[in-house]
Formats: sequence, structure tokens, C-alpha cells
Amino acid sequence: MPMTTSPLLEANGLVKTYGAVRALRNASLSLLPGEVHALMGANGAGKSTMVKILTGALRPTAGRIAIRGVEQKVRSPADARRAGLVSVYQEPSLIPDLDVLSNLRLTRTPVDAFRHWVHELGVPDLDLSEMARDVPLAILRVLDLARALAIEPDVLLLDEMTAALPANLAEKVLEVVRKQTQTGRSVIFISHRFLEISALCDRATILRDGETVGVVDIGPDVEDRIVELMLGERILRKHGAAVAAEARPQALGKTRLSVRNLRVGTKLNDVSFDLHDGEVVGVVALEGQGQDELFAALAGSIRPSAGVIKVAGEAVKFGKPRDAIERGIAYVPGDRSGALLMHRSVRENIALPFSAGVRRWGPINMGNERTTVLRAIERLQIDTRAQGEVRRLSGGNQQKVTIARWIAADAKTILCFDPTRGIDVRTKTQIYTLVRELAAQGKSVLYYTSELEEIQLVCDRAVAIFGGRVVDVLPVEIADELALTRAAYGLPRDTAADLGILADPTRPKAAP
Amino acid sequence: MIAFSLRQSWVIGLVVLFVALFVITRFIQPAYGARDFASLTQAALPYAFAVAAQTVIVLAGGIDLSIAAMMAVTSVTAALLMKDQSAASALYAVPLVLAFGFALGALNGILITISRVPDIVVTLAMMFVLQGVALLILPSPGGGAADWLKALVVGSLSVPGLPDAVSAWIPHALLVVVIAVCVVWIPLKRSQLGLSIYAIGSSELAAFRSGVPVARTRILAYGIGGIFAALGGLTLTMSTGIGAPIPGPYLLASVAAVVLGGVALTGGRGGLVGPIVAVFVLRLVRTDLTLLSVDPNVTTIIEGVIMVTVVMFGALLAMRGRST
Repeated sequence: MPMTTSPLLEANGLVKTYGAVRALRNASLSLLPGEVHALMGANGAGKSTMVKILTGALRPTAGRIAIRGVEQKVRSPADARRAGLVSVYQEPSLIPDLDVLSNLRLTRTPVDAFRHWVHELGVPDLDLSEMARDVPLAILRVLDLARALAIEPDVLLLDEMTAALPANLAEKVLEVVRKQTQTGRSVIFISHRFLEISALCDRATILRDGETVGVVDIGPDVEDRIVELMLGERILRKHGAAVAAEARPQALGKTRLSVRNLRVGTKLNDVSFDLHDGEVVGVVALEGQGQDELFAALAGSIRPSAGVIKVAGEAVKFGKPRDAIERGIAYVPGDRSGALLMHRSVRENIALPFSAGVRRWGPINMGNERTTVLRAIERLQIDTRAQGEVRRLSGGNQQKVTIARWIAADAKTILCFDPTRGIDVRTKTQIYTLVRELAAQGKSVLYYTSELEEIQLVCDRAVAIFGGRVVDVLPVEIADELALTRAAYGLPRDTAADLGILADPTRPKAAP
Repeated sequence: MIAFSLRQSWVIGLVVLFVALFVITRFIQPAYGARDFASLTQAALPYAFAVAAQTVIVLAGGIDLSIAAMMAVTSVTAALLMKDQSAASALYAVPLVLAFGFALGALNGILITISRVPDIVVTLAMMFVLQGVALLILPSPGGGAADWLKALVVGSLSVPGLPDAVSAWIPHALLVVVIAVCVVWIPLKRSQLGLSIYAIGSSELAAFRSGVPVARTRILAYGIGGIFAALGGLTLTMSTGIGAPIPGPYLLASVAAVVLGGVALTGGRGGLVGPIVAVFVLRLVRTDLTLLSVDPNVTTIIEGVIMVTVVMFGALLAMRGRST
């Protein structure tokens, strides 16, 4: 590796603050010519903020970026492009209402070079007059990459490039990326897949809590080192897992919800698990591994393409959320604005599911409604000082209202999707207690969380999903952050990892 | 060719609708002839420019509620500039008024970009401001226009060698529209700016990431809209010979024609020809209903129904086309 050469791109002391929130506190990155450099970090470590700063979509609060040793002010994606830094984002960036050719003209991309790369990337027949809107997602991502390659950037930044690609296209992409470096160009590669990273990358920069905590050379057995760096001293922190676990009943209730071979489009491939009465099952996954689709399918907002969902032993097909609600399944989304009527009162919001529509038309029994609502409010310790309009409540209290309404409506199964996102510690604890109480009353809860330490505080089991498949089911005793992180990255449970086991179980090798 | 006709299917459909309506008109009123067509075109002229203005802005993902007021301001400005002046005065009055329109439009764009107040609010405020400005410039209808300008929109073309029976069907007003569209729209559509306008209307984020200067493009789109509005104002002065400070019914008509013309109100999709043909369709419908002596109140009901039905069928056909 050319260790002596000066870096092609160097970012130092990057800071980005949003009010009191520090998304980045001290991030740095040094990219050598001719290397593929992985940028890694757990959810919320600051990866996407860093990418946005490097590509000019965000301006850093402090810090400097130098390209070929010259300090640059990168103010917009157009600026970054001029400086030789081009990125391919997670979402396609072709304009949907323009045809492919117009998209090329818009970015002044040479058409012949583009065609060459499209061909090289394994898409043989492409109609340039097709509207970007009508191009399938996987091909669209390849076109994005080809467009970036066609202007011959010095630094190519790939954000989860292979995520939406079928195996054969993904392999082509990796091959082409590898070749890029032979001409002294460099690639910043963001991926959750250790397999790709060990096959492709030379070095990795690891971010934790908005800070660069390490740069490692990729070699055999580097995964453990990387996971350790991503988690940091949190590994050492011991949670009162035993304390939380001891109060839990050992005998399982009846099977409330049973999912077999569930498949949704390309995102969710094969998921099976059971949820029993009185049980809280945690779901652990990196962003975009199919958990959104799983919850949406269970809540009745999307139809699964294959598989069986059984409620209390009876196979069901949900056409709309109301079907799921009638089966006693309630969905509590992470984004509270999608669940609450922000300008209406606490009472109305709690009463909505059981008073409106679902059961009957006609007049609402106000007295009855009032008692039910008051009981729910009391139980949840909702701060009702600002109850006139839900939007004036704190995030934590809003979240409690979204849960309270389903308690009032007497749901049997509650699907919580990241319920503690952006909530203060005290309310978080109250929500943990509440979820445990619900389980004690025989309700079943499916609990997705992006904060891994919550699993041991709240759940009885944890299901790890990677690439749209269940890769492991961990009993709560061993589900510490280290084990969960490894599982979430699709790594095997035992630490004695050799590269043989590392083979990604989600993607069978394409036949050559 | 097939791809072309597919992409232009909405416009083709509108033209067919127009021809069908025309045939119906001849049935209702067999005497409906070239002269009537010329006066229809002349009446449609300000509408055509209003809708052209609105189209450019809607394509860029915006909306402009101040268009009718802007037309009133530019109309009275033109009338004032040319009042009691020589014929040559129009030579500087016209470019001046167009530049004024561009400035007013760009001002909308700048306010939206800088203040980050929603476009619908900024242009609504601008509508009130411009209504006042128009009355300040000219408190009551008045002013004047150069005779040769007036002649531009009245009557029909006489081409040597072409029989009058044919050339009578090419009114001056139609030519004015066609020329204005050719001069402004075609170069725009082929330019980087035109692409950028479609891009920011279609997906602002993707456009930003593709390196499109979003703010500048939006301001220019509003500016070009302003030019079309000024053209509309000019034609008002040209066809009446005076300037009228009270805005006509052009705002809602422009939105209606944009929708009927196959432009997505969410931006990014559609063209300019569709909405202009739609203006003629809507005017002809009104003519027919008048000829049938339908109650004017019912007329507006029918127009509303036509709009919803056409857009609904269009969306339905588009869905069919995509699924097969």
C-alpha cells in the first residue's frame, strides 16, 4: 500500500452542531490515492452527516477539508464535483421526470463514457430515452454509479451502494470499484456488510458518537476490532440484565402472533418467528434491513408478497391497517407525527381508535370515553398541562399518548417501532416499565429499537435481522450490546471467527 | 416516432378534443367561420400568456398567484408609456415592459428563496401589492397604444399566393402566440436552464445533489413567468388600446388550463403546448355554451366538470399505460 504518499483527501476536526445537538464533534478522515476506504459506525454515529459535509450538502460548523493538500471550501454538491469528489447516495439522484439522456445533459456527463460504464457494470441494454421514473430501482442505482464514473472523479463516495442490488449486479459493482483504484483514484465506501468490506477495502475509519475513534487496516479477524471500536467503552458497561430478567415469567403464554417465511418485495426475504402472550420480543437490525417492511406488513399498511401471518392460530391477510386493528394488533410508529393529530387534544387522540370509525358510526358515548381516557392518562403518567394540543407536549409525552390510545382500545398486540427515539431518559424508563406492565397483563409486544442496550432492559428475546432475514434469535441473558451488534452485522455468535463462517449468509454466490 | 406520440399523447388528445369541439360548434352554428375563429383567438390571447407564465412556474415546482395582477401592472405601464406618443415609442416601450415583467417575477422568486416563506403566501401578498400598484399607476382605464401594435393582434394574415379562404384561418393573434412560444420556450427547453427548471420541479433534492443551482433556477423560472405575464399585459393593452388597472379573471383560468394541459401541479411534468391548447379548448367550450344560450352560471359548472373529468381520465389512461 502506498503509505508514503500524501493523502488525496483529508478532513480534520469536523464539527457539526444543530442547536444544542452535536452530530459531529471531532471527525476526521484521511484518504490515500488508490485506496478503498471504508467509513463505519453504528446508527447515529455521524456517518451520514460526515458524508453530507464531504459532498457539500451540509456545511460544517468547524473543521477543514483539504483536497490534494489544498484547503477547499465545499459549499454545494456542484462545488464538490468541481473539486473531483463525486458521490452516489443511498437514494437515487436521477431526476424522475426527465429521461436518462436529459439527466446526463443536466449534469453535463459525457454520454459515451456513461454508456461504457453502464455496459461495464453489467446492464447490456439501456434505452436512454426512458424516463428515470420508469427505471427499476436496482438499475437506477447502477446508472447513478455509471454517471459518477463517467466524469472520472478523483474521489468516489459510495453510500450503501450495493444495498438495493441483486447479487450479480453487486458483484459487478465491486469489481468495477476495485479497478478504479488501479489508476490512482480513491473510493470512500460505506457499507454494513463485513464481507464486502473485507473483500474490497484497504482501510477503515470508525466513527462513534460523532468522533473518529480509530483507523484500521483491513485484514483477517479485523471485524472484532471494528465492532469494539464502534461500541467503545459501552462494552464495559454492565447492565442490570439479571435484575430485569428475574421478574419475568419463565412459562410462555399462548402463541399470539406467528410469522412464517414472510417476504415483502426485495427488502424482507424470509422472516419467521413467534410472539407469545405476555412476551416482549426485541427486533434488532441496522438501518434498512427490512424491519420497516416487517412492521408495516404486520400493521396492515403493506401487503406481503409471500408468507403467512397467523393471529392466535388463525391465518390472516391484512388489506389495510384497520384489518390489523380489528385483530388486536396496534402499531406505534417511531415517527409520532404519523400517528397523532398534532393539533387536537390528548383526549381526542387517545379516544380516536376506540371511538372513531373502527367500531361504529353514530354518537360517541362521552361519559364512557372520558373514563377510559382518564384511566389511560393516569396509568401512563402523561403530563397533561399542555393537553389542549398534542403538539405542545414533549416528545416523550407524545409517545406515551400513542401507546395510551392502544391501551384504551384494548389491543392485544402492540408493535413498537423505536418508541424511545429522541426521548429523555426519565420518560424512557417510564416507557420500559409500561411495556413490561403490558406484558405482565398478558399482552404481547414486538419491540424494534435502534438503541441496543434497551433489549436487555425490556425484552425477553431478541430477533436479529440482516439483509431481510432472521440471522439469529438471542435469549436475553446473552443479548448484550456486543452480541447484538455482531448479530446485527450478520456476524456469527461465537467470537472465534474465521473468514469461512464470515461468508454472508444472505447472499448466495452467483453462479459465474 | 412512437415514443414521441406517447410522450405527446396528452397534447394530441387535447388537439383532438379541440377539433371535436370545433366540429360541434359548426353544427350548433353553421355560420361559425374564420372571422369568429379570429375573434376567439384574440380573446384567448391574454389567457394564453397567463397560462404560459403559470406553466413555467408550476413546472419549476412553484405557483404564482400574482399573475393576473402582474398583467394589470404591465398593461397600465405599457398604456402609460405609449399614451400620446409616436408609433416609434412602442419600440422602447415593449422591451421596457418585458423587462419590468421579468423583474417583478424575479422579485417573487427572490422573496421565496430568501425568506423561505411558501410560494403561495409570497405570491398572494404580491398579488395584493401589485393590485395597488396598478391603481397607483393608472387610477382609471386609460393610456394608449401604438396603432401598429394594435394591428398585430387584430385581423388575419394575408399571405401572397395563399387563397384568402385559407389564410383567413390564420389570425394574427395566433401567430403572436406561436412566435412568442417559439422565441421563449423552444430555446429555453433545450437549454441547461430549461432542464434545471424541470429538475427542481421534479425532485429538488435530486437536483441539488446533481449540482443544479436550485435558488438561481427558481428565481429565473419566476422571471420567465414574469416575461410571459408582461406579454399578457401587453396584449391586453394592444387589443383594447388602453390599459385597465383592475386584474381580469386570468389567475384561476391559468391554473385551470395548466391542469387541463397535462402539467402536474406538483411540478416537473408537462410542457407548454398542452396548457396553451387547453386555453383554446376552454374558450371554445364557453363559446359553444354561449351559442347554445346556456345560463352563464351553468357554464362555469360545466367547465368545472370538464376539468375534473379530463384530468381523471388522463390519470386513468396513464395508469393503464404504465401497467401494460
